[in-house]
Amino acid sequence: MHSEYIIFLLGAVLVTYLPRVIPLIVLSRMEIPDTVVSWLRYIPAAILAALLAPELFMKNGVLELSLKNINLLAAIPAFLVAVYKKNIFLTIITGVLSVAILQVLL
Amino acid sequence: MERKEVVISGIKRAVPFLLGYLPIGISYGLMAVKSGLSIMETVSMSIFVFAGSSQLISVNMFAAGAGVLSIVMMTFLVNLRHILMSSSLSLQFRKTPGKMIPFLGFLVTDESFAVSNAFFDQYRERDKGLFFLSLGLTAYLGWVLSSFTGSIIGALIPLGELPGLDFVLPAMFIILLVMQIGGKRELFVALLSAFLSLLFVYLLPDNWNIIIATVLAAAAGVFFEKADRI
Repeated sequence: MHSEYIIFLLGAVLVTYLPRVIPLIVLSRMEIPDTVVSWLRYIPAAILAALLAPELFMKNGVLELSLKNINLLAAIPAFLVAVYKKNIFLTIITGVLSVAILQVLL
Repeated sequence: MERKEVVISGIKRAVPFLLGYLPIGISYGLMAVKSGLSIMETVSMSIFVFAGSSQLISVNMFAAGAGVLSIVMMTFLVNLRHILMSSSLSLQFRKTPGKMIPFLGFLVTDESFAVSNAFFDQYRERDKGLFFLSLGLTAYLGWVLSSFTGSIIGALIPLGELPGLDFVLPAMFIILLVMQIGGKRELFVALLSAFLSLLFVYLLPDNWNIIIATVLAAAAGVFFEKADRI
């Protein structure tokens, strides 16, 4: 391994590990005010939506609200199955098949 | 649930996102080797860094000839959102043995965070850490093995080209998001966060849109909760 690569690896380990572990160590043993607890409880829904929105509504880095956006179209049946079936596998299969079918059709 | 059952259930619940890791890990391995990294270097990044999206970005930056410092800086920004995930997860690990926490931290990813949050309710307080450990380790092994596979035989199997496979992880996030929405407040938070994320993608560099949207939308949720009580 190049020495430059080892330096990169050390740096990358630090900047990815510390943000993941410090909040766990500190907050899991601390008394947290109720307001902060309720803020933390909204984080899962908020962060999943924030990660998902660009994946679905954007294509090649720009907003794409048309029939050309296959991910957005495939998300509709996937969402319906998710809401009515509450099943992880079924949702994934619906989403993946929808993308595959749309890629053939469009 | 006995400890053994907790471990087995964690492994089982990792299966859906292993399907998503496979094509991504393989394309990472392929790209890394193509951009000039050795197999050892490619796999060691998966072993030590374990952060899918920033690994892909790093490899791209290596290929473009970027300096070490700027790649590390980028990695930091891409993964900053994990501060929020770990902070939220800390609520679940209050009865988890302290010596387990450093390992749990290493295993926090978008996927392990999302899946574990959908199932924590089913475990006793003291088993939540063990559940997360077995879920996360399964994912970790899957990630390391798929990047190894990608760097060696990826060129022979164009798995990343199969239609629809790129949509495995977005589809998984869709169902996990739906499972997080228990009422009108969570729905409001999710819609606001999605909107803000799209808005800030144009205003802010790197992955700041995700962080800022999450912080603001979750705060808006707290605000409405308090307003409701008055």
